[in-house]
Amino acid sequence: MGIPKKVSGKISGAEIIIECLKREGVKHIFGYPGGVILNIFDLLYDDKDLKLILTRHEQGAVHAADAYARSTGKPGVVLVTSGPGATNTVTGIATASMDSVPLVVFTGQVPTMLIGNDAFQEADIVGITRSCTKYNILAKDVNQLARQIREAFYIAASGRPGPVLIDLPKDVTSGKAEFVWPEKIDIRSYSPTYEGSKWMIEKAAHEIAKAKKPVIIAGGGCIISEASAELKELAELTDTPVTMTLMGLGAFPGTHSLSLGMLGMHGTYYANKSVQESDLLIAIGMRFDDRVTGKIEGFAPHAKIVHIDIDPTSIRKNVRVDIPIVGDVKRVLKVLNKFLKGEVKEQWGEVRKAWLKQIAAWKNERPLTYTYSPDVIKPQYVVEKIYEITKGDAIITTEVGQNQMWAAQFYKYDKPKRLLTSGGLGTMGYGFPAAIGAQLAHPDKLVIDIAGDGSIQMNIQELATAVIYKLPVKVAILNNRYLGMVRQWQELFYQERYSHVYLETETTPDFVELAHAYGAVGLRATKPSEVEPVIREAIKIKKPVFIDFVCDWKEKVYPMVPAGATLDSMLFEEKEKKAEKKLKAVK
Amino acid sequence: MRHTISVLVENKFGVLSRVAGLFSGRGYNIESLSVGETIDPNISIMTIVTTGDDWVIEQINKQLNKLIDVIKVVDLTELHHVEREMVLIKVAPKQENKAEVLSIAEIFRGRIVDSSPNTYTIEITGDEKKIEAFVELMKPMGIKEFVRTGKVAIAREILKKK
Repeated sequence: MGIPKKVSGKISGAEIIIECLKREGVKHIFGYPGGVILNIFDLLYDDKDLKLILTRHEQGAVHAADAYARSTGKPGVVLVTSGPGATNTVTGIATASMDSVPLVVFTGQVPTMLIGNDAFQEADIVGITRSCTKYNILAKDVNQLARQIREAFYIAASGRPGPVLIDLPKDVTSGKAEFVWPEKIDIRSYSPTYEGSKWMIEKAAHEIAKAKKPVIIAGGGCIISEASAELKELAELTDTPVTMTLMGLGAFPGTHSLSLGMLGMHGTYYANKSVQESDLLIAIGMRFDDRVTGKIEGFAPHAKIVHIDIDPTSIRKNVRVDIPIVGDVKRVLKVLNKFLKGEVKEQWGEVRKAWLKQIAAWKNERPLTYTYSPDVIKPQYVVEKIYEITKGDAIITTEVGQNQMWAAQFYKYDKPKRLLTSGGLGTMGYGFPAAIGAQLAHPDKLVIDIAGDGSIQMNIQELATAVIYKLPVKVAILNNRYLGMVRQWQELFYQERYSHVYLETETTPDFVELAHAYGAVGLRATKPSEVEPVIREAIKIKKPVFIDFVCDWKEKVYPMVPAGATLDSMLFEEKEKKAEKKLKAVK
Repeated sequence: MRHTISVLVENKFGVLSRVAGLFSGRGYNIESLSVGETIDPNISIMTIVTTGDDWVIEQINKQLNKLIDVIKVVDLTELHHVEREMVLIKVAPKQENKAEVLSIAEIFRGRIVDSSPNTYTIEITGDEKKIEAFVELMKPMGIKEFVRTGKVAIAREILKKK
């Protein structure tokens, strides 16, 4: 970017915004034009430094910006118009908010004098997004705009990151003011805590040294804080196994011998078992979501809990905590590791061996698995093959549902920011626009959206965006003709009453033809033997590719902890098979 | 348990709805809420009376602190503090009760702020118990109208923890 040139004299609000974006180092904006935001779009017409990515729906723009932010760590920027343009961003903003993703969303607004008059395309977007943004404001004074934008970027990216929305009335973007760039940001009511309490960290170190059956639970905070090295050091230093939440996958290498994979509702047997048997949980940058804990009352009944998180509200929200540490994960872990190096390793050497041996036995007893079939494509097989072929080096985005869980279970993430998925809100339709945003941020990387045939249709219009901007994302559609996760619940808990989950035949739509229609490439695999060649072919094609994997519709995600049950009451695939046999015998 | 929480906020539009939205969005109770500017016109102070167990109150405190426009949160319940609220009460007593209304008002150090041939409007200030006692005594006299401010509270200068 270089040193920004001086701006002298009065310039318009729109010019102020553009100037601010450049000073913040923004290169890409995701957006969609409309009436009251035209002042800014007009400037983008011949701007050489800022590139606007025109999506086909505002929701797509927000998800793309979100993935851009998740994969780079820098705030994603969105620019849309008022009314429907603004309300269409809400799902994307809520998605980013739940997963702590820094976004700065600019929405147009009707002129100040018309606000409240039910003007054309007016919506109270500040009111609507109040509870799903980290902060939002209606910019009323062009003289304050530069400061407000600077603060917005700061708030979005600092502390626990999150989306910030700035609503821009048309008269504010056309109004003129001197450009004053605040050199310092000083918000008296906002100062996140980065340094954890030394005293608490020391206490935690003693507990870790003493523990017989410790488990680390690493969450998305480890990735946001870029603390993978510190996390690995902690685990190896203390011989502590690491399980990860969905958001934490990749924070610790999935192929590491101390990795237990994901825990929770669809976590591994050994991760859930370890947590339940553990005498010390070291929860790092996670928030004990109900999909992670299962029934709270029966969660980790024997464990003391050390909880490190930058957001104090995450601590003691869902579970009791013995040692709370508010702070930035990376900084806290650095101090913690230092304390632990002072402890004597002999303290835990022997007892950990026994614990790790026990865990190895659980891994052996019930590894993460599925039953391969030579006749019909198992969705897990597709994910496994994608993992093998990409050697774990792709950026994977997912939709939500079974596809998401298989992508979490059967692809091993060895590095952070390799899995981009809507964890908290569980937004179907996230994965495809997210792949577009990630591909834009990482032009040389292979980006694959692992999708379902239901989810992909929620933002399928972004095929146009991928084609037009020449973003060669690959979409692996695990096509089972069903809203599979809901169908799974109906099968297991609603007496197989498949209410409104059947999406009809595999040709509604024909994803291959659909891809062609948009100018992308469509491929299809109907037999297991076709899976590998088709993936290889897709990767070779330097265009967006839809791969329609016609999968076994009956396949379910296992293990599964039924909602409201404790983590150790898991359902497994083979149990169900036995039940079927029994049923036949009775007949 | 019931808590009185004092919240120092930026005096910007939308802050009240942020705070109110936090309570409604997360299912916390608000028994009363009063807002006013402080000596510094850029800062407002809210006094919120809420109920909840220790977990809920801890979350309320943390969640309030998390709001960007909140400068400071003090749970006054943990401190020695003074609480006051005010009511304006319009009574329409029968002729034979008029004298009694006036004398009760006097006992409670109320002030008559308006009177008409049939009504008295009495202003009364105090803590909750006093106000409640007064209202109870007025009920048989015929309460016509009744308005009540939320509670305002301030810590005593010697901030000894209870």
